[in-house]
Amino acid sequence: MPEILSLNNVTFSYTPENQELRNAVENVSFAVQEGEWIAIVGHNGSGKSTIAKLMNGLLFPQQGDVRILREVLNEDNLWECRSQMGMVFQNPDNQFVGATVQDDVAFALENNGIPFEEMVKRVHAALEQVKMSNFVDHEPHHLSGGQKQRVAIAGALALKPKLLILDEATSMLDPQGRVEVLQTVQTLRAETGLTVLSITHDLEEAMLADRILFMNDGKKFAEGSPAEIFSLGDKLTELGLDLPFAMKLSKLLQKEGVPLMGQHMTEEELVNDLWTSNFNK
Amino acid sequence: MDIKLQQVSYAYSQGTPFEKRALFDVNFEIPSHTYQAIIGHTGSGKSTILQHFNALLKPTTGIVQLGDRTVEAGKKAKDLKAVRQRVGIVFQFPEHQLFEETVLKDIMFGPMNFGVSATEAEARARELVRLVGLPENVLEKSPFDLSGGQMRRVAIAGVLAMEPEVIVLDEPTAGLDPRGQKEIMEMFYTLHQERNLTTILVTHSMEDAARYADNLIIMHEGKNVLSGTPREIFKDIETLKQFRLEPPRIVRFQQKVEKMINTSLAKVCLTEEELAIEMARLLREERAES
Repeated sequence: MPEILSLNNVTFSYTPENQELRNAVENVSFAVQEGEWIAIVGHNGSGKSTIAKLMNGLLFPQQGDVRILREVLNEDNLWECRSQMGMVFQNPDNQFVGATVQDDVAFALENNGIPFEEMVKRVHAALEQVKMSNFVDHEPHHLSGGQKQRVAIAGALALKPKLLILDEATSMLDPQGRVEVLQTVQTLRAETGLTVLSITHDLEEAMLADRILFMNDGKKFAEGSPAEIFSLGDKLTELGLDLPFAMKLSKLLQKEGVPLMGQHMTEEELVNDLWTSNFNK
Repeated sequence: MDIKLQQVSYAYSQGTPFEKRALFDVNFEIPSHTYQAIIGHTGSGKSTILQHFNALLKPTTGIVQLGDRTVEAGKKAKDLKAVRQRVGIVFQFPEHQLFEETVLKDIMFGPMNFGVSATEAEARARELVRLVGLPENVLEKSPFDLSGGQMRRVAIAGVLAMEPEVIVLDEPTAGLDPRGQKEIMEMFYTLHQERNLTTILVTHSMEDAARYADNLIIMHEGKNVLSGTPREIFKDIETLKQFRLEPPRIVRFQQKVEKMINTSLAKVCLTEEELAIEMARLLREERAES
């Protein structure tokens, strides 16, 4: 699988002159392969957002390098590299410029000098992909949070990026909006093999990824499949995160003396174990 | 101080072509010292309601009673400053409102505006900074050198420094990591109990509403449609669906399990801890019977 993006021994400090303060990111390496879904998790201040800024060249590392399609990101190829990445940010209200949904999706295409005919095609295709075709002429401000984020995803997709980056894109949404956005991303991946990198502290969201990168105090604390990461158990809570719902509940049930065979990652597994261990007699 | 809304409606940009009605005939009462959660789908009118609690917005029609002050449509309300000191609102992303050179000055700004002496304001700031879980040495720092989570706490301390009787929280944990979310919610709950406050939480999180509130007020399309204790409200999933809401995950889990074992637990459990205890109790009883 071709590599889309990699960080190689990256170190970054916002205050390089002050040696007493810790680096925001310290010696971090990881790679994203085409078609993968990677989640970066960690507490506030663990370095997640700094990594996002290093990936799209808003910041440059003091040590190590960032490579996009195996090419080292620098001042000269910055714009070329950015065009490979679509980003969706946390606050849906801060990323709209167009007066209608279709104007908004077209904005970046226009900036990139895409011919009109092609633009129309791409706008409609992108809105179709996020199931917002019925809203082309709506004002973005009258949409729900989940709909806004889907339009923002369409705006990113219209540029045909190699990588979609979701920077806490669901953290301000209501539960329904969150489900909407995550389902959209899952469908997109199933249909187009889109590569996704999501930065989040919602572990239920991280569970959908193929691989999780767990950041703590600027360093990579662990990297692995969701099962591997969640087997860290209490370490997760100690470092500011939470356990997935089913795991937390399995633990509490066992503490109260309810017999179970193990701790479970999904609700399904827990319900089944509860049945087999207690009622199926 | 009790808060009472009577037939309150509100229209944005009234009298212009952009007029948009956000509230229609809203009626409810919030008794002193209770913990209320206002929940509703995006666009249901939650944020418009909350701005009525300290008269930032005045109703287009109807009456808002804030303690002994009345804010009535079409009439000039007097002495709103006193009301604004008694009702503190923590808006979404309150850290965006920090502006002073130091944390200490920022926390002192509110109370001093309301005539509190500098000595008293500083004493409050020193106490509050510890209460919101920050080390005392942040007081001399610029608020802009702090992390997002720390800035949020400073902003909250600034609201608490006015010693409000009623505290209104608009999605106070948005954007915080899980530990930060829990710490902030627990802090508000402790304050609520220790200082005998009236707390009004506006939230998307059914989990927080279930865990902390005495009473829920459900908003839908600009009206208050339902009110009751979390246990009453969350047991009726069908009604909630009409308002595009879902009960907390733990309640849905309980229903799934009850269906599977064909037995009901003694009550609707609002937290994971409660469910674990009830489940253990049920199993003990079954064992005792067999």
